[in-house]
Amino acid sequence: MIWVAVLAGSLGCYVQKLAGYLLPHSVLENPAVRRVAGLLPVALLAALVAVQTFAVGQTLVIDARLAGLVAAVIALLLRAPFLVVVVIAAVTAAGLRAAGIAS
Amino acid sequence: MTDALAPATRRRITSSAVGIGVATGAYGLSFGAISVASGLDALQTQALSLLMFTGGSQFALVGVLGAGGGAVAAVLTAWLLGVRNSMYALSMAPTLRVTGWRRLAAAEITIDESTAMALSHPEPVAAARHAFWSTGIAVYVLWNIGTLLGALGAAAIGDPATLGLDAAIPAAFMALLWPRLVGRSMWALAAAGASVALILTPVLRPGLPVLAAGVVALIAAALMGRRT
Repeated sequence: MIWVAVLAGSLGCYVQKLAGYLLPHSVLENPAVRRVAGLLPVALLAALVAVQTFAVGQTLVIDARLAGLVAAVIALLLRAPFLVVVVIAAVTAAGLRAAGIAS
Repeated sequence: MTDALAPATRRRITSSAVGIGVATGAYGLSFGAISVASGLDALQTQALSLLMFTGGSQFALVGVLGAGGGAVAAVLTAWLLGVRNSMYALSMAPTLRVTGWRRLAAAEITIDESTAMALSHPEPVAAARHAFWSTGIAVYVLWNIGTLLGALGAAAIGDPATLGLDAAIPAAFMALLWPRLVGRSMWALAAAGASVALILTPVLRPGLPVLAAGVVALIAAALMGRRT
């Protein structure tokens, strides 16, 4: 099942890239298409942030992941590079768990 | 193809490209680790970096799979996040003017970084082409090395929660989202997408609430289209 997702996902993402070189310009230069392409990542990434922070299966919980996210936002405000942001979030969550402050 | 370019300019572009590659490789480390922590094995993780090669979609695919969202929701989310690459390819086509196997190769490395570098070196066209190819290749190689090291590292160490790797996942998505939050309407759209996903989490299968946020983006696009 994972392999199906990996291969189907990869094939689709490659076809999307190739399509930009093959399709007539009029299709992709359509203002509506360009608008959707610009807005989709914002809504999807925000949803992924929310779900990955609060969801455990179909239950919403507040745990150490939220503290990690807050630390990540502070790192982003301080213009930290990507890897630093991710590591700070992980270290914050792991630290709170080790100290028994959060689950 | 790039023979019109002065050697000094060429070197300057190449060194920026390698710099971007190193930074992206570091972020490949976190992808490798997060993917393995989400339940993929090292080979599946590497296949994503070799084949899919577009960070946002890769993180989304492993994130949805790891949350128990199933293959269909995972693939759809990855595809929706990849739509922007079509736009990048469209903007690169007149500059690159590639055909045959070069077009197939150019398509694979058409991502945020290579497109941004090419667009920031518009003149002469040889500079834009060199910026695109050198950045795309540097990022491809270093992203894959980063993925390999991250995946092997995470596979060697035990429970993802003790290391806080589960908290690294939302942080990674936030870091991808952050540069796109320009202006009030983008913040509003992000808030709407996040709210819809959270409200639907208790009632829908994992993975579907994120796709519902994609519908929010479509509605927002329709509303903005009517206003202009």
